[in-house]
Amino acid sequence: MTSAPVATRDLSIPSPGDITRPALAGEKETMVLNMGPHHPSTHGVLRLVVELDGETVVNVAPDVGFLHTGIEKSMESKTYQKSLVMTDRTDYLAPLSNNLCYVLAVEKLLNCEIPPRATAARVLLVELQRISSHLVWLGTHALDLAAMSVFLYGFREREQILDIFELVSGARMMTSYFRVGGLAYDLPAEFPATVQAFLDIIDGRIDEYEDLLTHNPLWLERTKGIGILDAEAAVAFGVTGPGLRAAGISWDLRKDMPYCDYDSYDFAVPIAQNGDTYDRYLVRMAEMRQSARICRQALQRLHDLGPGPYVTTDRKIAPPPKSEITHSMESLIHHFKLWTEGFKPPRGDAFVAIESPRGELATYIVSDGSPKPYRVHMRTPSFVNLQALPYMARGYLVADLVALTASMDPVLGEVDR
Amino acid sequence: MLGEIFKGLRTTLRYLFRQPVTVEYPEIKRPVRERFRGRHELKRFGNGMERCIGCSLCAAACPSDAILVVPAENNLQQPNSPGERYAARYEINMLRCIFCGYCEDACPTNAIVLEHQYELAFYDRKSSIYTKEMLLVPAEQGHGDIPPVLQQLDRRPSPPAQIDL
Ligand code: SF4
Ligand code: SF4
Repeated sequence: MTSAPVATRDLSIPSPGDITRPALAGEKETMVLNMGPHHPSTHGVLRLVVELDGETVVNVAPDVGFLHTGIEKSMESKTYQKSLVMTDRTDYLAPLSNNLCYVLAVEKLLNCEIPPRATAARVLLVELQRISSHLVWLGTHALDLAAMSVFLYGFREREQILDIFELVSGARMMTSYFRVGGLAYDLPAEFPATVQAFLDIIDGRIDEYEDLLTHNPLWLERTKGIGILDAEAAVAFGVTGPGLRAAGISWDLRKDMPYCDYDSYDFAVPIAQNGDTYDRYLVRMAEMRQSARICRQALQRLHDLGPGPYVTTDRKIAPPPKSEITHSMESLIHHFKLWTEGFKPPRGDAFVAIESPRGELATYIVSDGSPKPYRVHMRTPSFVNLQALPYMARGYLVADLVALTASMDPVLGEVDR
Repeated sequence: MLGEIFKGLRTTLRYLFRQPVTVEYPEIKRPVRERFRGRHELKRFGNGMERCIGCSLCAAACPSDAILVVPAENNLQQPNSPGERYAARYEINMLRCIFCGYCEDACPTNAIVLEHQYELAFYDRKSSIYTKEMLLVPAEQGHGDIPPVLQQLDRRPSPPAQIDL
């Protein structure tokens, strides 16, 4: 399945109406095909209006909004604490990354100190989250290109990560584990051993996936030279994450704008040169190995730090431990105040950007001094990355459209939020 | 080129002779972790009294407004719970609930606890509302002692706390 490389440098992003309008006199008749919103290879409720000339894609218009949940708006009517549970539900493949971005923004508003144990645990868990998110990407990407085994193997390892999340937070996916000021609960005693067991096997398992795909001629045929997103266009569209790094630009917020002490961890930012579907595959595979490396360091750091506070001791931000409220009136009042009214950050705004599995995830919060945010905006990588899709798809075959959509790894909950 | 395909096939072939990692639900159920957040239960103290004191803090903490608490004064001769009030009605709408565990975190007496039951399915919306009778554990399953602060029923009302919140 080879296709002509794109010669065009058409950066326009068509709307569905541009494609569905009747052909004008003298224009070539093309076929309009609706892919989605319910199509397994659009990875969610994404509708792609595809203009075809035979099998060749002439133009694509991504039509989003089918999963609009109004999360940003709902947050305006909830306290900061309650809004947190909704961040899990934007990018549902990386809830902890969303939790992290949101709590970092609120903590910046409040200007509060986070105990080192909580920060190390956060790093460890979001890196596990990155691996689990990339495993879903890998599995579904391979499944789209008819490689079934990788999907099953990837989900097996992901299950282990979700089990770790269940161990620490009580939920496999909608964790809500990071709270403003630290963590919701302390890490359980069996945590280090469980994570270590996973870290011991993961590198071997990634080797296995690579055995199946990396040099497989069928895989190369379907991915090499397909959906090229060059560096210039990637920057023009604001694409971040593996899509940008596969185009040869080393831009990773963990290195370039470190948060959560990422500058004290030893890891590399994998990049590639061609910006095609295969390179995005290579970059994500290498990222998983790097994440495992960070996890090992964070686990060691947790071990070195030993037991300690996992949440800030500022009673105006985090509720006191339950054991305290049965005998201390002051604690009881703080407890009631925080769970009913919540805390009140000072007037102002805060912007925090982190590197989520899909790219640059940012939260912007405006506070008017009340216990509820005045405005929350999330800059979600999937939404921005999707803009590059028409550019990447023009000139390739329909089957390639499936491959390159998967390689951008959009999560529709995050696109529409 | 063919070699690479055989390398992949060798990997899949090896799996043919391994134990499967999947389990056959519902015959076999995967155990959940200690902290798993499933269906709620209303707990009791060791002496069988209801832990819930009808403070409605869980309802206030719930992000999805899933909880309804209607408190009532305890009959002092035959109290349902230690303290002044108890929950006359306690309902959780399981269709609204997102199992975040905030109610459990907020409850001052550890009355509402998310337990390990996760098979929650119903045919109509009405049966998604779990009433107090469904949530309350049997009297013999109580645990723990009543904290001292709930035992002083005849104390004088305390002055408002002078704490800057
Ligand atoms: S678990 Fe969360 S959503 Fe469900 S009742 Fe408790 S607070 Fe409400
Ligand atoms: S369950 Fe707990 S928080 Fe809810 S009303 Fe009863 S005592 Fe209060």
